[in-house]
Amino acid sequence: METDEVPEGKLPKGVTRREFASIAAAAAAGWLTTACGNRRLHEIPKDKLRSAVARMEAEYAAQYGRAVRVSDTGPMDDVVFAYALDISRCVGCRRCVHACVEENNQSRDPEVQWIRVLSMDKEKGVDFKDANPYYAPETVPEEGHFYVPTACQHCRNAPCTKVCPTGATWTEKDGIVVIDYDWCIGCRYCMAACPYGARHFNWGKPTLPAEQVNTNMHVLGNRPRQQGVVEKCTFCIQRVREGRYPACVEVCPVGARKFGNLLDPKSEIRYIIENKRVLLLKPELNTMPKFFYFYGT
Amino acid sequence: MKRAAAVLSLLLLVLVVVRSGRARAETPPQTRQAPPPVAGETLEVPPPPFSDGIYPCNTCHDSLKPNPTRRVLEFHDEIQLKHDEQHRWCLDCHDAVNRDVLHLASGQKLSFDESYMLCGQCHGEKLRDWRAGVHGRRTGQWNGHKTYLLCVHCHSPHQPHFKPLAPKPAPKPPMRPIR
Repeated sequence: METDEVPEGKLPKGVTRREFASIAAAAAAGWLTTACGNRRLHEIPKDKLRSAVARMEAEYAAQYGRAVRVSDTGPMDDVVFAYALDISRCVGCRRCVHACVEENNQSRDPEVQWIRVLSMDKEKGVDFKDANPYYAPETVPEEGHFYVPTACQHCRNAPCTKVCPTGATWTEKDGIVVIDYDWCIGCRYCMAACPYGARHFNWGKPTLPAEQVNTNMHVLGNRPRQQGVVEKCTFCIQRVREGRYPACVEVCPVGARKFGNLLDPKSEIRYIIENKRVLLLKPELNTMPKFFYFYGT
Repeated sequence: MKRAAAVLSLLLLVLVVVRSGRARAETPPQTRQAPPPVAGETLEVPPPPFSDGIYPCNTCHDSLKPNPTRRVLEFHDEIQLKHDEQHRWCLDCHDAVNRDVLHLASGQKLSFDESYMLCGQCHGEKLRDWRAGVHGRRTGQWNGHKTYLLCVHCHSPHQPHFKPLAPKPAPKPPMRPIR
């Protein structure tokens, strides 16, 4: 490394004045193009964002032939979202997986699913090595098994947002890790960085039948994605920023899924953290998830 | 409505008088009004999941003499008690005098809308978690109005164990290039 260092104020040998000027001009032009072009959604001023969202609404309405609402609701004050999942209750029925697909406009073919339910052996405990997401018995729960549904853990110390070369993914003020699909270049560094397998790539052109489109969209959430971008759970940002529960919480037949405000001492989440046995997935990685697993019994 | 209520109460009065006239003074005079709330709280719950046409129970039970002996039922034979059946029997929860209500161990009458209080006599920690929103499904607003379900919406009181479900389709395994 030391040999590469250039003494201050001197150009490396072999670079002419003309070459240096050309490179500098190209860099300046590149910077200008970026700075004057589209901004990331969290940098856009509020009024510009509204007009961008209106353009999206018109585009999706034309594409699907239905009236579409794209929300740009921002985070609420004094709210940090957190999730809790009762692994003593989950029966592995996958109702949440499919409710999520319907709510969040995932591609139906090729199939993209944000929730992955892992069947685990009771003898082995929470063990990802032998976990099976492809179980398909007649009825669940299966004897000797328990189920750990995984999705984005919305880490406070998220590895995925650090590796993004374009700044297309970040953590919102209310703790939701989001993606700007227009800035994602599909390098999939974030997928490599995520220890939970929570991010999914649109390898093919997403297909979404017009009659199955959820027309209640959020600009940082379930608006339709293009091919070659990464997507993941957003805690149903289009619902929770309006005070509603995420779709998976409302569909769970055993009531294993809990959601609320981590800063509200009276929320379900705080009750669980204070009264139940809580565990995190891969705590040794110091990702500090806001997705808690607990034993409700 | 008022007229109907008046007629009903008159009928009840007649019934009570006739019954007490049959030297059944050992049973206290019965009321057909919903018992006062026991829990002292207002939780919004959907109506209890009665089988079709089964409620009000007194439609049939008014003309039947209560039989407190433990036996194989001739009617209600679809009910298979698997809920501490060694020690429990219908009338531990259902009120013998007024079948339209339940009763607590203390004898206090309880409407079916508050049946969670009855369950909570034994399953106190579940009742506590349920009130906190941690046991059972919750719908509505995370920061506002929430809708609860009664215990009996998920657990049949006679066979409380949660029934197995058919799972939704599994994800497709990733495609590997064919060599």
